[in-house]
Amino acid sequence: MSIDKSMQVLIVDDYKTMLRIIRNLLKQINFNNVEEATDGSEALSKLRAGTFGLVISDWNMAPMTGLTLLQEVRADNRLKTTPFIMITAESKTENVIAAKQAGVSNYIVKPFNAETLRDKIEKVLGNA
Amino acid sequence: MVAEVVRAVLTTMTGDLTPIEASLLQEVEALGRTIATAKQEIAALRVDDITASHIPLATDELDAIVSHTAAATDAILEVCETLDKVADGLTGMPAEQLRNATTRIYEACGFQDITGQRITKVVTALKMIEAKIANIVVTFSDQRQSAVIPEAQCPTKLLNGPQLPAVAMDQSDIDKLMASFD
Repeated sequence: MSIDKSMQVLIVDDYKTMLRIIRNLLKQINFNNVEEATDGSEALSKLRAGTFGLVISDWNMAPMTGLTLLQEVRADNRLKTTPFIMITAESKTENVIAAKQAGVSNYIVKPFNAETLRDKIEKVLGNA
Repeated sequence: MVAEVVRAVLTTMTGDLTPIEASLLQEVEALGRTIATAKQEIAALRVDDITASHIPLATDELDAIVSHTAAATDAILEVCETLDKVADGLTGMPAEQLRNATTRIYEACGFQDITGQRITKVVTALKMIEAKIANIVVTFSDQRQSAVIPEAQCPTKLLNGPQLPAVAMDQSDIDKLMASFD
């Protein structure tokens, strides 16, 4: 299945450096239409105002965490089917379970490599 | 307080003390002196120095580490972005080699996020230690009027931060766990 790489992707992280890294890695796999947000609240506003084909979000952010953002997205009729990948340093079983129960599409633990990012994106968008 | 107890016991006793009673009282008095000395030593720790100077200094130093590594990482990323633009103008193997190299650098630069989160955990631990020391000093010294520093807030549920490599689940463990839900 071919993936539309012109889709708009929202990346969410409170570390500007991480946003820059993910943006560059996405660019290398030809996702050039990338928007950024630095916490869940800003991300939710952007999601509600636009049309995004994929969300890639950190978990540990304030005031709204990535998990709350995911729950808000899944509770929103227009956004609920948006593929959502969590990229986080939270690697405890309870975190993965909570994210899965909230409806996460895939889960990447930091530190991650470009191959893992590409693989998860392909899996998520291939199933979308 | 121990001396007061000894005096109270003595006033209730009549007649001569037996050798055992005298030895026991001596030991209790010695214990009282030890406790009094310990209280003075703890009071002399000057908790104000810990709360006003040592801990803030340590946390400032840690913040500086985060700031410096962020600046260095940004500089590295800027150079990488320049190299990616050079790669855009190349074709074939040289372009691929250059992009593979910048990909490796991008991946490695993720350290800044992880170290930042680890340092945040250390700062939280320092603040909890600060609060506990203050509470101990207030308890054991006569400074009962001193303000007790509230304990740092416990980490929010499910915000555990990076785990140490020896105990952390890696991506393959996460993948297996995710697959178990399907």
